[in-house]
Order: sequence, then structure tokens, then C-alpha cells
Amino acid sequence: MSVAKPLPHDAAALHVTGQARYVDDIPAPAGTLHLAFGLSGVARGRIVSMDLAPVRAAPGVVAVLTAEDLARDADTSPSAHDEPLLAKGEVFFEGQALFLVIATSHHAARHAAAKARVGIDAMPPILTVDEALAADSRFEDGPRIYGKGDAPAALATAPRRLQGRFDLGGQEHFYLEGQAAMVWPQEGGDMMVFSSTQHPTEIQHKVAHALGLPMHAVRVECRRMGGGFGGKESQGNALAIACAVAAQATGRPCKMRYDRDDDMRITGKRHDFRIEYDVGFDDTGRVTAVSFHHYARCGWSMDLSLPVADRAMLHADNAYDLAHVRIESHRLKTNTASATAFRGFGGPQGMVGIERVMDHVAHTLGMDPAEVRRRNYYPSAAAVAKGAEAGTTPYGMAVTDFELHDMTARLLETCDYAARKAAIADWNAANPVIKRGIAFSPVKFGISFTLTHLNQAGALVHVYQDGSIHLNHGGTEMGQGLFQKIAQVAASRFGVPMDMVKITATDTAKVPNTSATAASSGSDLNGMAVKAACDTIRDRMAEHLAERYQTTPDAVRFEGGEVIVGEARMSFADAAKSAWMARVSLSATGFYKTPKLEWDRIRGTGRPFFYFAYGCAVTEVAIDTLTGENRILRADILHDCGASLNPALDLGQIEGAYVQGAGWLTTEELVWDDTGRLRTHAPSTYKIPACSDRPDIFNVTLWDGQNREDTIYRSKAVGEPPFMLGISAWLALSDAVAACGPAYPALNAPATAEEVWRGLQRVRHGL
Amino acid sequence: MSRIHVTTTINGDPVEYLCDPEETLLDVLRDRLGLTGSKEGCGTGDCGACSVTMNGRLVCSCLVLGAEAEGAQIATIEGMAKGETLHPLQRKFIEHAALQCGICTPGILVAAKSLLERNPDPTEEEARYWLAGNLCRCTGYDKIIRAVMDAAAEMREAS
Repeated sequence: MSVAKPLPHDAAALHVTGQARYVDDIPAPAGTLHLAFGLSGVARGRIVSMDLAPVRAAPGVVAVLTAEDLARDADTSPSAHDEPLLAKGEVFFEGQALFLVIATSHHAARHAAAKARVGIDAMPPILTVDEALAADSRFEDGPRIYGKGDAPAALATAPRRLQGRFDLGGQEHFYLEGQAAMVWPQEGGDMMVFSSTQHPTEIQHKVAHALGLPMHAVRVECRRMGGGFGGKESQGNALAIACAVAAQATGRPCKMRYDRDDDMRITGKRHDFRIEYDVGFDDTGRVTAVSFHHYARCGWSMDLSLPVADRAMLHADNAYDLAHVRIESHRLKTNTASATAFRGFGGPQGMVGIERVMDHVAHTLGMDPAEVRRRNYYPSAAAVAKGAEAGTTPYGMAVTDFELHDMTARLLETCDYAARKAAIADWNAANPVIKRGIAFSPVKFGISFTLTHLNQAGALVHVYQDGSIHLNHGGTEMGQGLFQKIAQVAASRFGVPMDMVKITATDTAKVPNTSATAASSGSDLNGMAVKAACDTIRDRMAEHLAERYQTTPDAVRFEGGEVIVGEARMSFADAAKSAWMARVSLSATGFYKTPKLEWDRIRGTGRPFFYFAYGCAVTEVAIDTLTGENRILRADILHDCGASLNPALDLGQIEGAYVQGAGWLTTEELVWDDTGRLRTHAPSTYKIPACSDRPDIFNVTLWDGQNREDTIYRSKAVGEPPFMLGISAWLALSDAVAACGPAYPALNAPATAEEVWRGLQRVRHGL
Repeated sequence: MSRIHVTTTINGDPVEYLCDPEETLLDVLRDRLGLTGSKEGCGTGDCGACSVTMNGRLVCSCLVLGAEAEGAQIATIEGMAKGETLHPLQRKFIEHAALQCGICTPGILVAAKSLLERNPDPTEEEARYWLAGNLCRCTGYDKIIRAVMDAAAEMREAS
């Protein structure tokens, strides 16, 4: 059976030879036009003049469109219809699209766009949390509040209590393939769209709306993305819509890709948060009550900010059974690019909040932070299975599958945590300049879209008369290996080798009404939908063969590339041909919807998640106390993928997610100046981890468990959960800084060299 | 502005093209010659996705003008395999699952091949620092390093 085998990525051979085609690599038809946006250089203001004559006169320009030139109200928002494709009189962030240049080449369009003379009557932008609160600039009427118990009362009577506040930066996706789209006009006004998108149905929906067409007139295809990470859930809408509008206007194929600097200016990033906490605890390290205030900078439009901020609240407990909790979440509207989905979707921000609390409590008590965490864990799944009462999340969901007690014990033992912690203390006592730190952090991440209706998926499978299989489903491939995992499911259901299964591009004409490939849901949802489709065909074939061989369908077995019916054996190809000759349909759709979900996001109660995925990490770092410079020396990870569909791909997801998470909290700093301009808009100024930043020692192991819920082959989702293992790197830096003085380091994130240095001043001098 | 006539060699084949004076080698490869294996990740020489070699030297093709290729020997990812036979680095990247979205992979392979041509027996640290100019957002780099080290070992044995 193909499932559970560590097979390479489905397109690996194409990737290593440079043959894999991304949107910008698809050969464009002759006469294809290229687009570029003219961008606002002002963060907030009213457009008073727009002289585009120099743009129109530039070489290669075919047309220039403004909002007034659009026949319909083209909008790029995935939620609130509050993002005009081109600014309508007002601008709301630096980098907002004002006009659209259509030219004969990518460079001609970009060069022409720079020639516009735009007059904007600038207003003071709302940029910071404080400015937004002062102006009451927010989404929704007021803060959302979730909780359980009575946190204020429990805090008032807590044996010990402390408060803190920190800033938690955002994150640029830095998908290595920038946003890109191409649209080919078809007969009768139909549109064929190629888009680098995690959400082809959303592209279809938004393009159809912008053109005034029914969705059936628009077909969207995506074979692969060069990285997504959430940044292609909604941020590709503008390019696809622009191409479609231009294709409709000119009748020619149109193509658009953002230059990297433009991409980083225009597109949304991970939400940055300010988090305030107030925690009550006892002398044993047990937290008795905690209250959080989340302040999220959402940018100029709503985009996906509400569910992102919700998910942050839903992970404010992380792995801890908290009796009294209150979480108050403010979604602030600022004159910055609209913050959007990014791996973890708010979960990481919520989790950093409680991990900071645990770290602060442990420091205050002089206890081992790993031990404080364990004392606050939810009851284990094993204990619950034996009748112990399950812990309940702040949103009222019982935690019945909690794996972290055993996982923590295993990881702390295999990474030699206690001995290394003692050795680090010895090192720090003997070395005045280079200090080391070590930290453990756990992850409990909820799996399912919190918008319950999104938890559905479709598939389309054909078996041809030669036995070859055409596989299609609604999920998109962005490097995570989804297509290969799903092909393994299909091959396993038919009992055929992998080369019998053709993986095909995601296509809204084959599987409609799909959800974004997001929320780590890709293999859970599409795996089950494909299984259903395959089983339908397999059952039809079995029924046919049972009739032919005078037996019952359950006597027909599909294995090893053969079909076995009693004493008879035939190749899968012969079985398919036999079914075809007998006029049996060899094509089927499959559908799946996640069971057991029930969620009220206003009241903040219910079961938003089908299950939880777990993981834990120990990171060791060294810092230079003279400069704040630092590096990760070693990382040890134990992560729960249930019964892995593909251990090679899952390990790759875990390693990459950890490094990306550590990058978020250490080196990746977004800087806006006082006018609202993003000053870190290229890899020259925005520092994602490089090959030389990878931990010297990097041990990653899969937990050998099974999903306790009935998922595809009892596997667990893996896309987002391991991202938050990177929190251990931030905590390890805090531990190293704490070795330099009595005060708590109170690091902000990202803990860049500068922030580590500031932390050193705090612990040494109380600054 | 008149175009420039360039005669060069790409992956061993003689090639001629006309390009604009300001056109980069990357744009020539991708848009004029259909060699789309080299990718534009940043356009400023910081990400390495467009890595090729020019007269044996590793360069970012987004920082080289098409006109500069006159008389040069250019090698791109498309020339790394010999027919159906993959280069050991290519094979090891598949074996070690050293890629995910794959868009950085061509540049990293070109850079790694250049390393092994200069230094057939690099330490892990040398490999890591040589590849520090090639960004990958997916893998976390661990499997990339393992694949490069494994390929280097195999190539030493074979030579």
C-alpha cells in the first residue's frame, strides 16, 4: 500500500530539472499583454489629481485604467467588499493600487507606472495600536471577549500575581514565487485564469463578480505555487481580477506578476499583536487565573482579520488547563497593508501569549519553565479514556486527545534536557561574554476551519480503460506535498502502484465550490473526498467482477496492481477494461464534510475543532552579550502527525515550519516609518532564515501515535502546528538573557540582536 | 534603442539572440530562450533563485545583462542532467526530499554544483555558508545540506 511510505514530492523530478511550471513559466500566447499597478506613495489621504498622460505616452503602453474606467465595481476582498481593485478617491495605505497599466511587457508596464503625477491631499495616518485605540479605529463594534470561570475575581484572590505586556511583530510570507496570474479570454467572453493561489474558487468568484459574469463563465487552474503560507489565500485576487478586467477590455491575454518590492509593499502579512497579560498563580507554579488583552493591527481592510483574531483567542490556552480565563481581542483598523492569513492564522500569536506567561511565572518562582508547563497541562488522553474528567478549553470544548504528557517526557529525555540545562548553567557561570539558553515549548493546535461551512471538500476521479487513473480534488499544491499524499491515498484504494495515478492541476471546472487550501486541512479534507470517489469506482468494479465470476463483491480484492476474484487474477488494467466493456461508469465524484463541528464565534462556545495536533520542541541558543547577536545551536522536536500519510513529507513540513517560526520570532523584523512606508520590502532588508542559520544539530522525530478521530488513515494535519515549535527559540533567547541579571528579560518579538541587547539592559540595569 | 546581437554558449549549445541593452540575462533566458528553470525571486541578487554559472563562476542572472553573455559559457539548471541521467545532486535532492515548493531548487542545485566543482570535499559549515545566498522558505535547509553532503560523498567515490 502506498500510504505511509516516505515517497518524494510528486513533482520532485520536475523541480530538480527546472521543468516544473509555475504561473510565470507557462508559455504565454502571442500578443499577451503585461500589467502593473501604479501605487500610492501616501498612507492616507484624498486623491486630488491624477495626471496619467506621461504613463499613456510611455513606450509599450496599450491602455491605462483607473477606478472610473471600470464598468463594474471590481473588488478584491474575500470578506467585506471593502477593497476596491483601484482606489476610489481615497487612499488607505502606502502601496495601494491607484491605476492599472496595460503594456507590451512587464518592464514597460512598471516603468510607465512610475511616470504618473498623482496629487494626494495627505492626512495623518493611523499606524500604531495606540493611535488606532485613540481614534477608535477598529473592525466590529468593539472587542470580542471569550472566557470561562471568573478571571477578575480569581485574579483578585490569587496567591501570587504579575502583569506584563509585549509587542509581537508581524511576518512577511516571502513565498519565493511572487504573486502571479494570467488570463486568457475565451469565446463568448469566458475567461480562463491561471493563478498562483491557495483558493481557486475565491479567484473564480471574485473574477466573475468583477466582470459581471456567472461563475460558470470563469475557470481557474492552479498546478502549483512556489510557496503560499497563507499569503496566497486572498492576496492573489487583485492580480487575477486585474488580468481579467484588462483581458475583457483588450480582448488579449493578460499577465501580471508583482516585482518583489511591490509584492512586499502591497500584500498583507501576519498580524502583529500587542499582548497584555495579568496572571494569578500559586507557589507550585499552577496558574489559577489569566486575563489577556490582544490588540491586532489588521491594516486598512477586513480581509480575514476576524477569523485570524478569533483563532488567536482560541489558542490563548495552548496546552494548559486554565480554570479562570478571560481573553479580550481588539481588531484595529490601521493605514497599513491589510494583514492576512499566515501559517497558524492567529494561533501562533495567541500561543506566544500564554507561553510568555508560563515563562514569566517560572522566572518569578525560580522554577524550571518546562516543569511549570507540565503542571498546567490538560489531563492526558489516556487518563480521560480511563474515566478522568477531561479538561475544557476557554471556549467550552472538552480536550480528550491530549498527548503532551508522554510526548514531553519522551522529548526531555531524548534531548537530555536536564543535564544540558545544568551544563548551560555551568557555562554561563564561567563565561562572561557568550551566554547560553535553553527552552522547551509545547504546541496544541486546533484542526478545522473555524468557519464551519468551509470544512468540506470534493474530488473527481476517472479510471480509463487502460487502468490509468486521473486524480483531481479541490486542494492546491504549494510545496507541502498534498498532491503526493492524496495520490498515495488513491493508489492505496485501488491497490495499484503510484505511476498508475496522474496528479492533475486544481481546476474549478473539475471540482467546484472548494475551500482554500488552508487551516492545515488539505490532506484531511481532500484525502477523505478522494477516498470516497475511489471507493465508489472500486465498488462498481467489484460488483461487475462479482457478477462476471459468480461471486459476491466482498470477494473481490484490489492489491499489488491486480484484481483478485476467488481463483482468478487479472491486472487492474484488464479489470478496468472489463468494466468499461460491460458499460460500468468508471468516473466518480467524492465529497467529505468534517463531522462533530459546532461553533458560535460570537458567544465563543462550541466545538470549533475536530481534533488537536500536538508537538513539542527544545531549542538551545547562544548570545553575544556585547552585541546581542545570537544563534540557534540545537533544536530537538517531537511532533504528532497521527499515523503519517508520508513521513518524508511530514518531516519536511515540521523542519520548515520550525525554521519559519523561529525566523518570525528572531530575525524577521518589519519596519514602518512614521509616514506609514514599509522600509523592509526586499530580502536585502527583511531577514528570513538562510542556510547558515539552520541549527547545527537538528533532531526531528515523529510521535508514533494515531489520530483518535476517524481521519484519513488516522493521520493528522501538519501544515501549521509545527510552526509554533519555533516559540522555543524565542524562549531560549529569553533564558540566555536571563542569565545576565536578576530582572525578567521581557523580550519583545522578534528578538533581533537589537532586542536581545535591549533585554540585556533590562535584566542588568532594570531599564 | 537598437537591440544588441549576442552570440554565446548555453549548456554547451551555441545560441544567438537579440536583446535590449538594459535586459538582464535572467529575462533573456526566461522570456527569449524559454529556459524558465531559472527563477526571479527578488530581482536584486539577494535570493539566489536565478543562479547560473558564467564562465564557471556562480552569478545571479538577474544582476547580469544579457549583453554581457557575449562569448561566454553559460550553464543553467536545464543543462545539469545529461539526457535522462540526473546529476548526483539532482538524484540526492529527490532521495532526501530536499525540496518542497521547488522554486528555489534550480538555483540551489546550480550553486551546489558550483561548490562541489571548487571543493569536492566541503565541510558541512562550508556548504552552509556557500549556500547562504540561496533562500528557501519551505524546507528549513536541513535536508538540502544532507543531500549536498551525500552527493559530494558519492561523487568523490566515483571519481
